[in-house]
Amino acid sequence: MSTTAIQPHGSHGHSGSHGMGVGEFVRTYVFSLDHKIIGLQFLFSTLLWFLVGGLLALGIRWQLAYPWHDMPVIGRMLFSAEGGQISPEFYTTLFTMHATVMIFFVIIPILAGAFGNYLIPLMIGADDMAFPTLNMLSYWFMWPAFFFIGMSFLWPPYGAGGGWTSYPPLSVVWDAAPGSHWPQTLWLLGVTCVGISSMLGSVNYMTTIIQMRAPGLTMFRLPLTIWAMFITAILQAFALPVLTAAGFMQLTDRTLGTGFFLPEGLVVNNSLPATGGGQPILWQHLFWFYSHPAVYIMILPAMGMVSDIIACFARKPIFGYKPMVYSISGIAGLGFIVWGHHMFVSGMNPFLGMTFMVSTMMIALPSAVKVFNWLGTIWGGKIQFTTPMLFALSFVSMFIIGGLSGIFMAATPVDIFIHDTYFIVAHFHYVLFAGTAMAVFGSIYFWFPKMFGRMMDESLGKVHFFLTFLFLNGTFFTMHILGAVGFPRRLADPYDYETFRHLLPMNQFMTWCAIGMVATQVIFAFNFIRSIFFGQIVGRNPWGANSLEWMAPSPPGHGNFDFQPIVYRGPYEYGSPEVDTDFYPQTQPPPADPAKRYKDPHH
Amino acid sequence: MGRFWSLLFLMVPILGVLCFVWAMAGFWPMQNHWLPENIGGADAHAIDGLFLFILGLTGVIFVATGLVFFWFLWKYDAAVTTEPVKYFHGSHQLEVIWSIIPAAALLFIAIFQMSVWANTKIKRPELSPGVARPALAEITGRQFEWRIRYAGKDGIIGTEDDVFKVNDLHLPINEDVVLLIKSQDVLHSFFLPHLRVKQDVVPGMQQFVWFQAKRPGTYDIVCAELCGWGHYKMRGRFVVQNRAEFDKWLEQAWQEQEVSSFALPAGE
Repeated sequence: MSTTAIQPHGSHGHSGSHGMGVGEFVRTYVFSLDHKIIGLQFLFSTLLWFLVGGLLALGIRWQLAYPWHDMPVIGRMLFSAEGGQISPEFYTTLFTMHATVMIFFVIIPILAGAFGNYLIPLMIGADDMAFPTLNMLSYWFMWPAFFFIGMSFLWPPYGAGGGWTSYPPLSVVWDAAPGSHWPQTLWLLGVTCVGISSMLGSVNYMTTIIQMRAPGLTMFRLPLTIWAMFITAILQAFALPVLTAAGFMQLTDRTLGTGFFLPEGLVVNNSLPATGGGQPILWQHLFWFYSHPAVYIMILPAMGMVSDIIACFARKPIFGYKPMVYSISGIAGLGFIVWGHHMFVSGMNPFLGMTFMVSTMMIALPSAVKVFNWLGTIWGGKIQFTTPMLFALSFVSMFIIGGLSGIFMAATPVDIFIHDTYFIVAHFHYVLFAGTAMAVFGSIYFWFPKMFGRMMDESLGKVHFFLTFLFLNGTFFTMHILGAVGFPRRLADPYDYETFRHLLPMNQFMTWCAIGMVATQVIFAFNFIRSIFFGQIVGRNPWGANSLEWMAPSPPGHGNFDFQPIVYRGPYEYGSPEVDTDFYPQTQPPPADPAKRYKDPHH
Repeated sequence: MGRFWSLLFLMVPILGVLCFVWAMAGFWPMQNHWLPENIGGADAHAIDGLFLFILGLTGVIFVATGLVFFWFLWKYDAAVTTEPVKYFHGSHQLEVIWSIIPAAALLFIAIFQMSVWANTKIKRPELSPGVARPALAEITGRQFEWRIRYAGKDGIIGTEDDVFKVNDLHLPINEDVVLLIKSQDVLHSFFLPHLRVKQDVVPGMQQFVWFQAKRPGTYDIVCAELCGWGHYKMRGRFVVQNRAEFDKWLEQAWQEQEVSSFALPAGE
């Protein structure tokens, strides 16, 4: 296995700082080439967008609980023209932007951008990424995206309303939706810029992980976090070009009069008849060819980080390391041939639905293997219920729900009924919020001491966990029940239908849970900000973990390591009989006396 | 605190199952918080059957994994356990077992349901072998209404005796009904929750849906695909009635239909 020795510090042109001038400050903290600074820039940006996305969700929840009622206090500030009421146009904007912000501006960049950037070089014992300038660009390409999406809110008529899936013709024909003028075009440009950012990042991550591992760090000694980031980068590199191309096709359909996605002669809302013999379903294929792998881009890194946290606080080797790696790869591989399950009732050939159904069913298998391995990991350990561990455990508990509910919609006949209902909404919130977002919280608590050299407050962390856990289940579990009734998504006022009229009280319950959930994050924000300045100062390895990042100073300086890490074993050697401590860092040489070395009875 | 957190995770399977059981039983305050009344034929009931089958299967796995999870947390809490950490890296045998069993179960579900899918989406009802049943009516989704065009007396859509209605679909009971659905502008989805029927309508395409309605009454037609700001109010109704009443209603609708304005004035 080829590994590259670490270059001396400063080889990428950023040297240590003494008496920092303005230019120096800008180079160090703004247009920084240091992967840690870039990771933190991603972290702070995405956390701010997380707040925006959460508030947008509350707008949706308000309308579903109190349709056409004035929003208290902020309603009149935001939409005084409507008297503080959410208009149906604005409602479409709310759910479109909630999903867009959460997926493209929070989850993908916080996993790959923030944690990927921060952790990859540290966990493989490198001094930085392979291409630091590319890395810097991957962050700064987020800013045009922020600008375009921000403008799409502010530019009349205020917000794209085509859904985050942006299905044509609604999203293409200029007059099909009130929000589909400039905001929809800006939306497309914004998402394209996020795509460029992810693309630059993924090339960098793949190269770095292949080329820059410390001596002795073979692929099968990598932490699962790194494996997950590696596979995610491959997914992004292969799937993203399709979305980018499709985005440009939609852009030219909107602005230049091409007809990739419009059938001949289409008239929407008295628009001019469309030319060209395009197909609306073509967009769905291209969109989901990226966006289904994107679902795994949004969960695999979380699974990797959760595996590391669970092994650390169970004080026990991860159960089935290689099956874990294979299942990550299996999920990614199958992830490319299941996109059609978003389209069972789209008008796609129903025979095609059958093949997509079989591949979709099979993707539940590697997910199940992962869950069993996590259960195997906590079996026989010494579990420490720290805040990161609680979040990681809740990931497992909640992912079981999100994974199992996926089987319902993989079953094509059942999907006929539950498609576009709240059953789907429940499913992906269990995977993305109760799964990924909880894993992200856990990872922030876990790696915070490395990032800032200080601990976050454990008691506040546990209160934050407990309340978030309660409220998220109150908000999302009940959605399964709504879905069973057939309650449709994306309706500004579902109570117009007699079938759904009686579901209002349950929606009010969910809305209050959602308000509680967002309010709880104040505790997190307080803890996070306060701990940066006043948290308890810690040394290199406060959790007693094994992987390489814990061998570097907290926080690591430029170039990361103050010694050359040499790796002797995998990252999960907790409780090894070779040493007296219950952890066994990857860099610690094995005992000199061969008699003391552990012999695996199976090998 | 480990005890407390273990119990919190134990609440997940307990409250999860309770929530579903409560809704299925229809106890206060969750009356009618379950699958809406199924008025469809064998296919619609097969969909419900499949839903409940998967619910049962996943429910067992949900409870089993939840209990195991709780038990491990309870037993191996660092504050309580006296056993040393079990140092091992996994078990090949276990991995094989817990790969093969779920794979078999998933493959079984996949194959088991194929006939239901074929009946609802592929095998259109036939009048006689090889002759597809014609559509009773053509339904066109449009921002923001359902335009309905009945075949009329001659049974053919597109002729002079067609009957036009908006958002008002009448269907004969206990018969194979075939509908031709399409869209005039953007995507819509033709969703009949009580019949377990859903099909997106796509401009530039035409599609067929078929079903049987087994109970008289008036029910909702829902648009299930985002079609613009008025998506929420794109509501139709369908009325299920016996054949005689249906024919009478159609005849009356034809009589009431104002067609004189469509006739070309003399000289044109």
